[in-house]
Amino acid sequence: MFTKAAILISITWLSAVTMSWGGEPLHGFLDMRAGIRNQDDPQQKDSPLTEARLQLDWNRLGKHIEWQVRADLLADDVVDQDDLDLDRGTGYLDLREANMLFSPAPWADVKAGRQILTWGTGDLLFINDLFPKDWQSFFSGRDEEYLKAPSDAVFISLFPAFANIDIAYTPRFDSDRHISGERFSYWNPLTGGSSGRDAVIDPIHPDGDEISLRLSKNIAGYETAAYVHDGFWKSPAGFDGATGRATFPALRSYGASLRGPLGKGLLHAEAGYYSSRDDGNGDNPLVPNDETRLLIGYEREIAKELTATVQYYLERLNQYNDYLSTLPEGMPARDENRDLITLRLTKTAMSQNLTLSLFTFFGRTDKDGYMRPSIRYKLTDNWLITAGGNIFWGDEPHTFFGQFEDASNTYAGARYSF
Amino acid sequence: MTELITLFLMFLPAWAAADNGIDVQEIVEKANRASYYAGKDGRADVTMTIHDGKGGARERAFTILRLNTRGADQKFYVYFKEPADVRKMAYLVWKNANRDDDRWLWLPAMNLVKRIAPGDKRTSFVGSDFVYEDVSGRGTEEDHHVLIKETDTQYHLKSTPKDAGSVEFSYYELWIDKTTHLPRKAEYYDKQGKLYRRVEALKVEQIDDHPTVVESKVSDLVTGGYTINRFTNVSYDNGYNERIFTERFLRRPPREIR
Repeated sequence: MFTKAAILISITWLSAVTMSWGGEPLHGFLDMRAGIRNQDDPQQKDSPLTEARLQLDWNRLGKHIEWQVRADLLADDVVDQDDLDLDRGTGYLDLREANMLFSPAPWADVKAGRQILTWGTGDLLFINDLFPKDWQSFFSGRDEEYLKAPSDAVFISLFPAFANIDIAYTPRFDSDRHISGERFSYWNPLTGGSSGRDAVIDPIHPDGDEISLRLSKNIAGYETAAYVHDGFWKSPAGFDGATGRATFPALRSYGASLRGPLGKGLLHAEAGYYSSRDDGNGDNPLVPNDETRLLIGYEREIAKELTATVQYYLERLNQYNDYLSTLPEGMPARDENRDLITLRLTKTAMSQNLTLSLFTFFGRTDKDGYMRPSIRYKLTDNWLITAGGNIFWGDEPHTFFGQFEDASNTYAGARYSF
Repeated sequence: MTELITLFLMFLPAWAAADNGIDVQEIVEKANRASYYAGKDGRADVTMTIHDGKGGARERAFTILRLNTRGADQKFYVYFKEPADVRKMAYLVWKNANRDDDRWLWLPAMNLVKRIAPGDKRTSFVGSDFVYEDVSGRGTEEDHHVLIKETDTQYHLKSTPKDAGSVEFSYYELWIDKTTHLPRKAEYYDKQGKLYRRVEALKVEQIDDHPTVVESKVSDLVTGGYTINRFTNVSYDNGYNERIFTERFLRRPPREIR
């Protein structure tokens, strides 16, 4: 199966390099990468990632409308590709973008269709960006761009003189491409142990829509923004006792952010209040409680071509006493305040053809962590080679990073861009 | 005592200029205006060829828009076309006279507007031998300028940084054309006084009444590497609106640049 898909991708690639569609040239890349677990996980294959991916990017700037299509053809040797699911990104095709952009008025833009949505100020930490993420890609060694999963949405931007207003409307809830047990095992509170391919999470997807709003303004180089989101938890954080399946409980969030210069560097700060509307009192153990989330970070160049970013992040569980009193017996309790520190170091050298990067999450309260070292070298203007790792650790098997301790992996890849 | 010497040194160039009736600071200001501020706005397609000195070459292609805003403040929009891995990336700079520049980069694959921390302006621009300061200009107040020689066609200056620790050179010499006011050559000397870097305007053309450098070269005299910039489709006073230089158009590169 994998061989067939790989051959198909090679042929498409060879023709795509010189191909155009409707008079517009096709661009994109061919990306091949493979990884191996640093230790055994009896419930998983030895490799979390073995794939060839051909991305084709097509764009046309019409008189009034700009059209954009970007799609990945995928040969994946780790998970079964029989089931083509554009939301989960499984199967031979991962449609990243297919949208139209137009301006109905000089002070308005509308982008409708499949698109990648991003806002907020955090570096690999998200509070008010409640657009879908792909944690499977992120943990397995795909390029960092794959952390963002596509949304099927209408994105309306209004530009009155006093501020910018952005509205993202998703008619049908798009969840994260969350950890499901298929590629990475997870902590299963029902069994009190690790589950993997034997117990793949099959959550109940809500029928509802989602809406996200942002009001932003640049004040003398300081970017300020306020956010509201009305939708659902993006990963299956709830549990339905009747069916025994995971759920995405309702979530409304309010937040604000700031980003701008401070001294010789750049400061960013963000806050959010998560109102878990299915559990307003905090006494339903099957639905997450309300949370307050905070983030503050600082980035600066600390030596020539060496940049450091440090962030402090806090998740505070509200109604903690109600949470404790209704927590099922035997289930490990989380801390009221869960915080972590991140550090990113990026060094470029050899005329910026070599990039060394190290991003580390240090879970202070959970005593766990996650380190992402990577090296990228541009052999030529077209060829890039890369290698890296995803290293997890933790004192307890039930903490966020601790549950992935057996998922630590090392990968290498090559990409030809055209 | 030290202050007295500093004070004396600060006024030295002005005296030197007064002697032969030439204001050196004015020469430098005119050169800066001619190089970086021509017209109300400007546009160019740039092809950059980076030679590593060992036979290898890499290409960059981008379009650049510039708008003069208030005083010495400017806004720049750079849209990358080649190589393929940076294609469609957009780079926005608000150049501020009185504080660090504001810089943003748009990464299309993640639809991410990344704010870039203020950096060393003597760092390579997109991996070439040009540094950021060559692209957006170096503040004329950052150096002491002395006129070494005047010929029929050129002024030959020596410029020494006021804050020696902030840059990698000890001084540079500058040859400025008297008619166009454009610098034709700059040579940089390292802390040991050895010549190590040369910037040249290879070709100058008159475009929309503005003398314009259409080909320039930077040579790294240590490695033997060099970078050549070629400017085509240059135009001035296109009537750009300031709103192009905002996050809105960073996320959807405007027609003016495609």
